Amino acid sequence: MSAATLPLTRPRTRPGPLVFSLVLLVIAAAGSLVLGPAGVDPWGAILEVLDHIPLVSVDSGLSEQEAAIVWELRVPRLVLAGLVGATLAVSGAAYQGVFRNPLADPYLLGVAAGAGLGATAGIVLDLSTSAIAPLAFAGALVAVFAAYGLARLGGPRRTGATLILSGVAVAAFFTALQTYLQQQHADTIRQVFSWILGRLGTTGWSEVAILVPYAAVSWVILIAHRRHLDVMAVGEEEASTLGMDPARVRLVVVSAATLGAAAAVSVSGLIAFVGIIVPHIVRLAAGASYRVLLPVSLAGGAAFLLLADLIARTVQSGGELPIGVVTAFVGAPFFAFILATRREVAA
Amino acid sequence: MNGLSCSAVTAAYNGSSVLDGIDLSVEPGEWLVVVGPNGAGKTTLLRVLAGVLPSGGEIRLGGIPLSSLRRRQVAATVAVVPQTPVVPDGVSVFDYVLLGRTPYIPYWRMEGPADLDRVADVLERLDLAGFASRPISSLSGGERQRAVLARALAQDASVLLLDEPTTSLDLGHQQQVLELVDGLRRESGLVVISTLHDLTFAALFGDRVVLLAGGTVVAEGSPREVLDAETVATHFGAAVQVVEGPDGPVILPVRSS
Repeated sequence: MSAATLPLTRPRTRPGPLVFSLVLLVIAAAGSLVLGPAGVDPWGAILEVLDHIPLVSVDSGLSEQEAAIVWELRVPRLVLAGLVGATLAVSGAAYQGVFRNPLADPYLLGVAAGAGLGATAGIVLDLSTSAIAPLAFAGALVAVFAAYGLARLGGPRRTGATLILSGVAVAAFFTALQTYLQQQHADTIRQVFSWILGRLGTTGWSEVAILVPYAAVSWVILIAHRRHLDVMAVGEEEASTLGMDPARVRLVVVSAATLGAAAAVSVSGLIAFVGIIVPHIVRLAAGASYRVLLPVSLAGGAAFLLLADLIARTVQSGGELPIGVVTAFVGAPFFAFILATRREVAA
Repeated sequence: MNGLSCSAVTAAYNGSSVLDGIDLSVEPGEWLVVVGPNGAGKTTLLRVLAGVLPSGGEIRLGGIPLSSLRRRQVAATVAVVPQTPVVPDGVSVFDYVLLGRTPYIPYWRMEGPADLDRVADVLERLDLAGFASRPISSLSGGERQRAVLARALAQDASVLLLDEPTTSLDLGHQQQVLELVDGLRRESGLVVISTLHDLTFAALFGDRVVLLAGGTVVAEGSPREVLDAETVATHFGAAVQVVEGPDGPVILPVRSS
């Protein structure tokens, strides 16, 4: 047989899924750049962005006001949507890997409940918008930290399942506190809800600047653990016999994913479903290896949230839908469709 | 010595003792088969020897206490073939076997060319070259067990622990897997410790047999010494006749009434 005479090499990773998700990302970003209620000339909007690249100078032909719409509203918004989507998707994928649970994502360990409580406290105390984000961030970290602490109470042999159950308990508790606060201050309900349902609309470069360092650290650490997550796929005990310390990997990965997700939700609100739906679509299309899953989830998550945001701000004339509504409303049926049509592959 | 030894090893689950004062010593190139009825503590013993279950007493690998070694150092010395290995979804046989190189790859690094070469060698050695790019989940039971052995081999460990390596294989594949392990330990001087339900196979492949019951060693010696009809009746509650086969004792079940 000819195969026996060839030197045996590692099967190549198909580049298709990554290329596809990057193309989708570019299309989604371009759409977000040129579409908007202000009716800015699309070509002018593209040239305006090029003009901001160092050492490139082009005349976009836009008025000063139009240029500001492009560079101060649309671009930071699309950058933020991309960063948030990528961060939520990659941290969801990492959580699923480290817990070997297809339903795991940072929200499960209390990130959403903690951030929601922090943000509600900020709104109730009538703090400025810029103070709400740090409170939400702190709330998210406190919740996950509490879940970890609670799981440790069970003894040194804590497993992934213990941690998830602790997270569920902490999330329920924080949500109860948040609901109580909200109910005691009924006048702020509208504001609280609009935060919880997620928004990218009021953002500018300052939110991007807040998120970038956390997202960068989170991405780098998670991508660096793609090999470890593949080892974890054989379970904690086998991973141990292969020389890996599952508890250590879990701590590092959960910390990195939580940091990124907490920073993302603190500037964007609780955008639902991205951390579950994107990694699973990628798994169905590109396989379960984290070497592929993590990078493709980054690009795919960014593209997904950009498209969702595009729908959120264009589907309803004269107003915007909350983006969390769009991600769940579009995402859930799409996800169901994928599951139904690709069942053989998943099984 | 370069083998594996343990003395006065104890282990417990939730406070109830599962292993009580186990003493063993296995030389390089030797195959020790652990037999015993269900619940005797066979799997627990292997988990303790692999260092994934806390235990009392002392285990030494090549004279070095197991407890003084780091996780990855243990994995570079002891490879485990679990009874029911987890079969990850969508992972190629090549990448699955590559998991065996984990103890040699520094934490923040990825595998290097030497690791890939080692995997290629192991795949060739176990006649798995043609399966390299197939998903591990698509393999038949016998092929899959060879892939798990390949992963253990890629670990370059001197001790191989096999927990019921023939479970769910047909007779021919049981034989193939055991012959393969036998060849490997002769080639490389591996310490092999396996549990086996089939007492005839235990007699056929084991240099020595240890009979575990109730968490203690109740008999130890050559297959012929340990596997007599009376001992099997006492500890397995089984009616058997032991007859002399061409390659050692054959344990035949007989009707008890």
